[in-house]
Amino acid sequence: MDNKVNFLALGTVFASGLLFGLGLVVSQMINPAKVIGFLDLAGDWDPSLALVMATALAVTIPFFRLILKRKSPLFEANFSLPDKTDLDLRLISGAVLFGIGWGLAGLCPGPALVGLTSLDSSVLIFVAAMLGGMLLHYFLLESRD
Amino acid sequence: MENFTPINSIMGGLLIGLAATLLLWANGRIAGISGILSGIRIPIQADNAWRTCFIAGLLLAPIGYMVLSGRELEIATQASPTLLIVAGLAVGFGTRLGSGCTSGHGICGIARFSGRSFLATATFMGSAILTVYLTRHLMGAL
Repeated sequence: MDNKVNFLALGTVFASGLLFGLGLVVSQMINPAKVIGFLDLAGDWDPSLALVMATALAVTIPFFRLILKRKSPLFEANFSLPDKTDLDLRLISGAVLFGIGWGLAGLCPGPALVGLTSLDSSVLIFVAAMLGGMLLHYFLLESRD
Repeated sequence: MENFTPINSIMGGLLIGLAATLLLWANGRIAGISGILSGIRIPIQADNAWRTCFIAGLLLAPIGYMVLSGRELEIATQASPTLLIVAGLAVGFGTRLGSGCTSGHGICGIARFSGRSFLATATFMGSAILTVYLTRHLMGAL
């Protein structure tokens, strides 16, 4: 683990974050009105979000398959993939709760973080509360494990 | 469907897909925003470095966009501060309880054909659509 390799690895992570954020901006998914337009099936429906997801999946599905055939990623010894497989109540209730918040505000974690740069007060309030929710989960359910 | 923006959606989707591909290929990590963010720990530990770099990229992306395109960011919301707090708490707690959000489950998990991610994505999509229906059409605009 010399410093040069480490620097390259972190630079690549930064580039990935930058590309991801740029994708959210270009696709307008950072705009809550646009997201609500997709979720509101009974309104003037906007399929944009579905096309963003479908296009992203058209890239990740084949490439993930190829990458995961390798023994290891470029800069790390191993892949760090989620290892849980159980379809439990935590997963479902968490997803229900997340969906309620997403539907109320039109914001999910990625777009909310990217939108911080605009200093829009709605996004600032949402992100502060979101961090609060994550901390609450940590102190209630994770720190004792 | 007059608000549909297919070109922007395809360009944005390509960038998001490439970003997730790059992170897995180079670093072996899943581009799940809620997981990357909530994994940052105090006091500072080695695992924080890559997480902070990814978040820094996310935060700087709109600045790059505005400089290159000369356009402003469009962020429009109708939600009141109280509603935003409730929504933020639900998203923060829910994404931890459910081990992921739109990016981790919806884009990366489905690409790995993870059963958990299929179930989570269908559930949060359904829950969000129902929430919008209830608040916008049954209870009136909040």
